Amino acid sequence: MFQFLQNLGKTTRSSFAKLGRASFFLSHTLTGISDVVPRPNLLIKQVYSVGVLSFLIITISGLFVGMVLGLQGFNILSDFGAEESLGVMVAASLVRELGPVVSALLFAGRAGSALTAEIGLMKATEQLSGMEMMAVDPIKRIISPRFLAGFLSMPLLAALFSAIGIMGGHLVGVGMLGVDDGAFWAQMQASIDFQEDIINGVIKSVVFGFVVSWIALFEGYDAIPTSEGVSRATTRTVVNSAFSVLALDFILTALMFGDI
Amino acid sequence: MANSASPEDNIVSISNLSFSRGPRKIFDAVSLEIQRGKVTAIMGPSGTGKTTLLKLIGGQLAPDRGQIHVDGQNVHRLKTRELYELRKRMGMLFQSGALLTDMSVYDNVAFPMREHTHLPESMIRTLVLMKLHAVGLRGARHLMPNELSGGMARRVALARAIALDPLMIMYDEPFTGQDPISKGALVHLIKSLNTTLGLTSIIVSHDVQETAAIADYIYVLSGGKIIGQGTPQELQQSDSEWVQQFMHGDADGPVHFHYSAPDYLDDLLASK
Repeated sequence: MFQFLQNLGKTTRSSFAKLGRASFFLSHTLTGISDVVPRPNLLIKQVYSVGVLSFLIITISGLFVGMVLGLQGFNILSDFGAEESLGVMVAASLVRELGPVVSALLFAGRAGSALTAEIGLMKATEQLSGMEMMAVDPIKRIISPRFLAGFLSMPLLAALFSAIGIMGGHLVGVGMLGVDDGAFWAQMQASIDFQEDIINGVIKSVVFGFVVSWIALFEGYDAIPTSEGVSRATTRTVVNSAFSVLALDFILTALMFGDI
Repeated sequence: MANSASPEDNIVSISNLSFSRGPRKIFDAVSLEIQRGKVTAIMGPSGTGKTTLLKLIGGQLAPDRGQIHVDGQNVHRLKTRELYELRKRMGMLFQSGALLTDMSVYDNVAFPMREHTHLPESMIRTLVLMKLHAVGLRGARHLMPNELSGGMARRVALARAIALDPLMIMYDEPFTGQDPISKGALVHLIKSLNTTLGLTSIIVSHDVQETAAIADYIYVLSGGKIIGQGTPQELQQSDSEWVQQFMHGDADGPVHFHYSAPDYLDDLLASK
């Protein structure tokens, strides 16, 4: 019993300590962004490795998710003779939920894990320490551009995911199952609201981009500088990002759409 | 020698330094002085906190007690900005080299100049080539760090450490894991850079031969205290058994060959 309480206390204390370090890290990173602005080259390089290199996985996944939505949606809607509404169903589910959430999960797996491993290894090979001794602040030079790149790329990737997904839904619904082309688009245009659906979806992906980049970079920076430490940090990035994205999605959805 | 020199002659002076990691005391009231323009070595067995000492001097760690002055400034009283200014005047050579792996040799050496100066690229090129020439690697400027041998990586790191013409360079175990030729090259480089650039060098090492060959003054650390100091000649003739064991690399002496353990026979005959 005593042992249990002791462990509980220890865990709580270390989680709060970590939260404190993470917050300090975040504020340091955010102040560093002002130094990135006059040096766009640093940012462009990171947007390439964080954003552009995630294009393929986002495109392909978006296509398949959209095709599955088209197929499942058609099966259900046709029971009610409402297969013309397939466009609305596909677009609404993608723009509101699946676009931001699934692309954030993919982003955490593709770019987040890479960021953690990169920063963790830079720490393990004393590159960060070496930079400090060269009077260069590693957070400003290394972390801030990557953070900004992740934060900017996420909404764009989510938008791409939704757009490709809608095309996937169209491909299956209109191309293969015979839903009327005009009705597919017209109903979508009539029902999808810019403010309600699109802006809310973008807000979600902005929040997810912020959180996933923060988690990935902090886990790398806070990693124990050994091979095992970096591998654990990478795992924690993916697990914690997935958990945070899904939990935040519920909270944001409740605030945006729910009357809770 | 070093201790009798006037304060202005000391680029680094450490007084009464104590530092512990968890329950382990790494330094216990250590005081030492590093004279300007000289090569000073800090020696001791692995795990005595020699690297920690360099991190304390560079302000990456803060001591529990005591003070460290570098070039007249109290390192741990400085604001972040002032500390960074001071660090521009210190070079440090890490054991691993700590080269930035996503940049070529050329860009690594140019890195501190690009970060801290507004020199035009043409002038940076001249400076980088000069620094690389000084370490004999002008021809390797297009290679990436993963294409370098250990000895070359350390020389590139050395070129980068002198990029901003610092006042002093701290070498962390420069000879460890090097083949005899690289060792020879590094010994020669450290000595010649010290004279030609008018630097002060601090070498942390446990390689007795190489270090004794170039050091003007040596401090021997063990168990958190300085247990011997003097010129290499003085230390060779030291009457401390411990220093003798260290300088000659004897397997047994005041430092026992066996890690402390219960009696051998009892241990073998014990059932569990």
